[in-house]
Amino acid sequence: MEAVKTTAAHEIHPMENVLRMDRIPHIWCPGCGIGIAVTAFAAALEKANIDLNKVAIVSGIGCTGRVAGYVKLDSFHTTHGRAIAFATGIKVASPDMKVVVFSGDGDLIAIGGNHFIHAARRNIDMLVVCVNNFIYAMTGGQVAPTTPLAAYATTCPFGCVEPPFNIPYLADSSGAVYVARWTALHVRRLTNSFVEALNKKGLSVVEVISPCAQYYSRINRLGDGLDMMRFYHDNSEIRHGEDTKNLDIGFQQKIIMGKFVDRERPSYTDRYQDWLKQRKVGM
Amino acid sequence: MNANPRDVLSGTHYIDGDVASGFGALAAGCKFIAGYPITPSTEAAEAFARVAYKGNAMFIQMEDELASVSAVVGAVWSGVKSMTITSGPGYSLMMETFGFAAMLETPMVLLNIQRGGPSTGVPTKTGQADIMQSRWGSHGDYEIIAFAPESPQELFDYTVKAFNLAERYRCPVMIMSDECVGHMTEKVVIPAADRIEIEPRRFFKGQPGQYSPFKPDDDLVPPMAKAGDGYNLYISGRAHNDQGMPYTNEEFKLRCIRRLVDKIKKNKEKIIELREENTKDAEVVVVAYGISSRVAVRGIELAREKGIKVGQLRLVTIWPFPDERIAELSQTAKAFVVPEINYGQIAFEVDRCAHGRSNVVLVPHGGAGVHNPDDICDAIEYAVKHKEPLEGVHEYKTRLERKVFEEKMRIAE
Repeated sequence: MEAVKTTAAHEIHPMENVLRMDRIPHIWCPGCGIGIAVTAFAAALEKANIDLNKVAIVSGIGCTGRVAGYVKLDSFHTTHGRAIAFATGIKVASPDMKVVVFSGDGDLIAIGGNHFIHAARRNIDMLVVCVNNFIYAMTGGQVAPTTPLAAYATTCPFGCVEPPFNIPYLADSSGAVYVARWTALHVRRLTNSFVEALNKKGLSVVEVISPCAQYYSRINRLGDGLDMMRFYHDNSEIRHGEDTKNLDIGFQQKIIMGKFVDRERPSYTDRYQDWLKQRKVGM
Repeated sequence: MNANPRDVLSGTHYIDGDVASGFGALAAGCKFIAGYPITPSTEAAEAFARVAYKGNAMFIQMEDELASVSAVVGAVWSGVKSMTITSGPGYSLMMETFGFAAMLETPMVLLNIQRGGPSTGVPTKTGQADIMQSRWGSHGDYEIIAFAPESPQELFDYTVKAFNLAERYRCPVMIMSDECVGHMTEKVVIPAADRIEIEPRRFFKGQPGQYSPFKPDDDLVPPMAKAGDGYNLYISGRAHNDQGMPYTNEEFKLRCIRRLVDKIKKNKEKIIELREENTKDAEVVVVAYGISSRVAVRGIELAREKGIKVGQLRLVTIWPFPDERIAELSQTAKAFVVPEINYGQIAFEVDRCAHGRSNVVLVPHGGAGVHNPDDICDAIEYAVKHKEPLEGVHEYKTRLERKVFEEKMRIAE
């Protein structure tokens, strides 16, 4: 593929440093929120003051699984559900790397749910970005472990009968040190959360509620991407420090956002190194 | 390049095969093992966990086998040599990511101490029924390298070699041992570090921007890079071009897969390791691997005492398969006898390569034990007496098989 040729300064994309411009246009549908999450992340990378050569981004499978391919870092597009496990290997074997997992709700919370809770329990030093669009979109709109009760999906034609996971609560109770949730509408706050999380030692989880204007929206008659953004605008509320127990998302109900958890716990790698020293192993 | 003395537990040990493999990994320069406890492979993980600090290496026990093998692939791409250890059900769980590793051309090692299956099977006893799974277990086309060691010493030696070939061909390598060898305690001599040859990772030396993660050198193997060196790698399990970018069209798919297959196939002669005894004038050649090859030695001895000209071909590498050598032997040998602890896996490969020129007699075993050498001897006798060509692979019924079957008949009556 030939890189996009740029001649004049104004033609240079402001995020060329952090995005793979030769991969644009991306595959995401009009009205999708994943691109917004990526933009916020790219902005955060520039703000966070970290060595980009030392950042690895790992994605799983699905719409958000394609993020790794658009970000100009060491990018890994792994198998379905295993992004966190793969990232754990990078971080534990090479602690000087900064590791970001960027994937979707199905990938991280269903097929990869076990790795999500265990990475949080171990407090592996990484940022996990979970774009939650309430549905399996890449495969055409099937029910997810985050689909709100009674919402429709192609594999639950009479409405979802399974209560969804509350992702911040799951992360909090498993031991994550930083937990936040924003919608794709709240770009500035989302970017700030990314910056904070990137500079946080330990496992951070940032959930991004994103419109799926093709599948989730169509089957549930929610209009287009803009209509979904309007819904976020009218029906979201910031409550920093809210008890994560209270963050369930009902179908077309109010979405509570904010930074819910920000605490200190020794990370896996730090504790391991400390204990080697304390116990004088190999000295 | 020689091994780092820090990594090598030189000396004469009295240890089991599992432990020998753990020590072998350390000697090979392995810096990271992720695993999940599963009988009968656990001792290898424990051994590595115990000694890893000596080589500034580490062991992490993951939440399952899916996580273990995924973490290993991640660790390799962060620049270190890595391995995972498993058996039976854990091996099945690892298959998807094993194919992922093959697609990404990831140099990693997988130790499978085979146990009886399917499913939970017989966790504490031996089996050799994962042989075809090691070749075809993940979906899609790829070639692999697999070893079948027959002693704790070989588990040490071939663990080192597995790491070397993984680096040499940038592919996952399997050590397909079995419970018998894994739990067998014998003398294992670990030589001095300067006597252990280590293949270092072939890192790309050019500038960022010039690196294509899948652009091969003349030997069809691309040099590696690691995360953190400024190359902005894009590594995906999707079919990709040399730069790693995903493409779905036929031509790119063909190029991508063709090389995965060819880099092993075209280097077969360099990879394959066989041990032969008395095959030159043999009427019957016993083809065996792993623990079965050690049991076969006695069966062959008994047959030779009866005056039968019988030789042994031992598969040290089971994959790639020595098609050419089996075909050559089929020109002179009347028959092949294949004892294996399964209901026919390598026997069918032998039959494929014999092109109908020699009979192939399979001595199957249901697992949870090894062959009775008398059965192997009987099968050799049967093979030498049976002059007519047999249709396909002939299954020779062992004593145990006949006993169980006849008892069943009696109960039925």
